[in-house]
Amino acid sequence: MPVQYYIFLSIALFCIGVMGVLMRRNAIIIFMCIELMLNAVNLLLVAFSKMWADAGKVDAGSAQLFVFFIMVVAAAEVAVGLAIITMVYRNTHSVDINILNRLKN
Amino acid sequence: MVLSLVALVSALGVVLSKNPVSSVLCLIVTFFAIAGHYIMLNAQFLAVVHIIVYAGAIMVLFLYVMMLMNLDADIEPQKRNWLKYAGAVSGGALLVVLVAALRDASMPALSESSVEIGLIHNLGKLLFTQYVVPFEISSILFLSAMVGAVVIGKKD
Repeated sequence: MPVQYYIFLSIALFCIGVMGVLMRRNAIIIFMCIELMLNAVNLLLVAFSKMWADAGKVDAGSAQLFVFFIMVVAAAEVAVGLAIITMVYRNTHSVDINILNRLKN
Repeated sequence: MVLSLVALVSALGVVLSKNPVSSVLCLIVTFFAIAGHYIMLNAQFLAVVHIIVYAGAIMVLFLYVMMLMNLDADIEPQKRNWLKYAGAVSGGALLVVLVAALRDASMPALSESSVEIGLIHNLGKLLFTQYVVPFEISSILFLSAMVGAVVIGKKD
């Protein structure tokens, strides 16, 4: 199975994530689409890791460790972001992102 | 092939479904499909970690917050229609541009043979020798994220 197959799959997942961020107004859905984009990139990194391992490189596992660190950052981001969304909901009783353009008041 | 189809359809379900809870469930299906891809790419350890972290922790967090907020489908205000179409068109344009740019790239085919790099033995050795400093820094990141979440969520 060629690497291009995984490249196109990752591109499709990433673009679905971008569309979701642009189309929806619910802050939680936008957050989930960001997770989707992160996972598309992760899938591509793992596919390239397999490609380099087939080519006989010794440290092809580095790409998989990159994926590991991306997961760490994503988990930290979700914790802080959901706390912020909960605070916004508590103050405005809505998760509509258009409310956030009045942030200065 | 089936796995990628499942991943794409459920990813579309995340974007298009009206109910936030069903879009969370669609996202979980997507994550399982991606974990299946990891197993096929000889990244067994990553597949397990992916299921535990995403389906087990992050999605439960999302569901928990969603049920805390008691969101209904009709509460969410919809964007204006032309704005929605503009979002879909620009996302599709990004897809077209990326596919057109990478269509003619010559890449080697992946072999079916299994390689050992994805096993926990090799990854652990790499993580605790070559990448030990980023590992420690990520623990500090986790600590600060935890403290930050508690401070933000505190009622005052």
